[in-house]
Amino acid sequence: MAIAKVCGIETEYGVLVVSPDEMSPTTASSLLINAYVARLERKIGWDFEDESPQLDARGFAREGSMPPEVETHLVNAVLTNGARYYVDHAHPEYSTPECSTPLEVVLHDRAGEVVLRRSMEAAKRLLPPGDEIIVHKNNSDGKGNSYGCHENYLLDRQLPFARVVQRLTPHLVTRQVYCGAGKVGQENGADPGSPVRFQISQRADFFEEEVGLETTLKRPIINTRDEPHADPQKYRRLHVIVGDANLSEVATFLKVGVTAIVLAMIEDDFDAGRDLTLASPVAAIRGVSHDPGLDALVELASGARLTAVDLQWELHGLARKYAEERGLEFVGGEEAGSMVLDRWERVLQGLETEPESLAGEVDWIAKKRLVDGYRERHRLEWSDQRLNALDLQYHDLRPEKSLFARLDMERLVAEPAVERAVTEPPETTRAYFRGRCLAMFSAAIVAANWDSVVFDVGHDPLRRVPMMEPLRGTAKHVATLFEECEGPAELLRRLGS
Amino acid sequence: MAEREQKRRPAQRDEPTVEEEAPASSERGERLKAEIDDLLDEIDEVLEDNAEEFVRNYVQKGGQ
Repeated sequence: MAIAKVCGIETEYGVLVVSPDEMSPTTASSLLINAYVARLERKIGWDFEDESPQLDARGFAREGSMPPEVETHLVNAVLTNGARYYVDHAHPEYSTPECSTPLEVVLHDRAGEVVLRRSMEAAKRLLPPGDEIIVHKNNSDGKGNSYGCHENYLLDRQLPFARVVQRLTPHLVTRQVYCGAGKVGQENGADPGSPVRFQISQRADFFEEEVGLETTLKRPIINTRDEPHADPQKYRRLHVIVGDANLSEVATFLKVGVTAIVLAMIEDDFDAGRDLTLASPVAAIRGVSHDPGLDALVELASGARLTAVDLQWELHGLARKYAEERGLEFVGGEEAGSMVLDRWERVLQGLETEPESLAGEVDWIAKKRLVDGYRERHRLEWSDQRLNALDLQYHDLRPEKSLFARLDMERLVAEPAVERAVTEPPETTRAYFRGRCLAMFSAAIVAANWDSVVFDVGHDPLRRVPMMEPLRGTAKHVATLFEECEGPAELLRRLGS
Repeated sequence: MAEREQKRRPAQRDEPTVEEEAPASSERGERLKAEIDDLLDEIDEVLEDNAEEFVRNYVQKGGQ
């Protein structure tokens, strides 16, 4: 049986310092985060006890090829909504708390944007007049540098990883047709003979391997990092690094929702239809991205050729059948699951008949309209830098500069709910326990991470409360406990009994 | 390949609900078109003053 697809998104944001003074991106990122957390009562640090980014899901440990990532974690905060907000390499990164439905992920992804926007405002107040740090929710600087938007999904440890590689790859290569964020130009090996003017994905140019452990060089379509942040005997956390950061809520919803359903089918070893193994996934992911006309054919190992949209139709057909036979409980219930299946279907129909009609739902189509419209109106050459500026500004989080914000694209979550998610955790995962502990007993918490909270109640040694089950510590389990406990000591006593 | 045709066209397999949605979606298309025209009108004001410099300075190293 497929297990619940607990999931979340971690986004590395682009940072640009506007100042006559030199400031490294790492310093700028730290400043953003410190400025934000300084507004809060007390900063809780991250506990690195369980970090092991070097473990490989294929079953072997690293051979010195990965830099120790923890050293670059300069600033780390855990927020009362259960999220982690920190400096990763040279970017501010926001990890949503663990969510149990795709819509909840959308809500917390949006809350992350609010946190970054408030960080920009807070940093601006600390900087000399005229200086600012600008944040973009994108994945490429247009000069060959990329930074990620990673998704995480809870998987059953019993699931053979080779099956994930085989059956998830065709989905990851083709889903960009509805969750690509669009990009002007091409990076990382552009052919001047046949230039790509506009492509579907921000990230596709940066994927060079089919499977692997890397995240910064020779990025693989399937990342094998085996760091479950949960009971390692029972669970795996699939770390998907191939996606674009989306501004469109519909795109985020489908990115997470469809991938969760595909993973559940793989977990259940459900009828896979014909073998969709791709002949050359790396070439295919670029080929699909480089053809906004959606005519590019991907070749299967069997020799058959089909478009990305057609491949998605095949997955959709299997998912419908799966839903009928097995149900959709694992994505948070039938209602949530049906919403994914219906939207997925409508978007595929739109892509097939009139892609422009999806400009209110799909980032790359929205951006392309903008770029095409502007280019035609001003009769610009593709080399005109104003088109690259448009691309960047689509992702700009400053309300007065954001082009996305002016497009009135479809919303799936209401603003008051987003505002609540900036401080309140999801109620349906262990993020609830983490978030409530921080909101109520922050003075007694010395550190927290995904699978534990460490308390210091004064007289005893430090007490670590493990949270190895992502679906325990929910509001249903512990809301009453939090209401009844006078303080952290009582909480610990009652948890221990 | 008949089997494939069947699988990949749920719209044709389904009842007419989908067709009823078609006018609404092209209406939406019209509305979006009008919106984009409005947006293009104001975009020069919103676009960074010196687009070339802005793009040149936008360098993001050290990402995952």
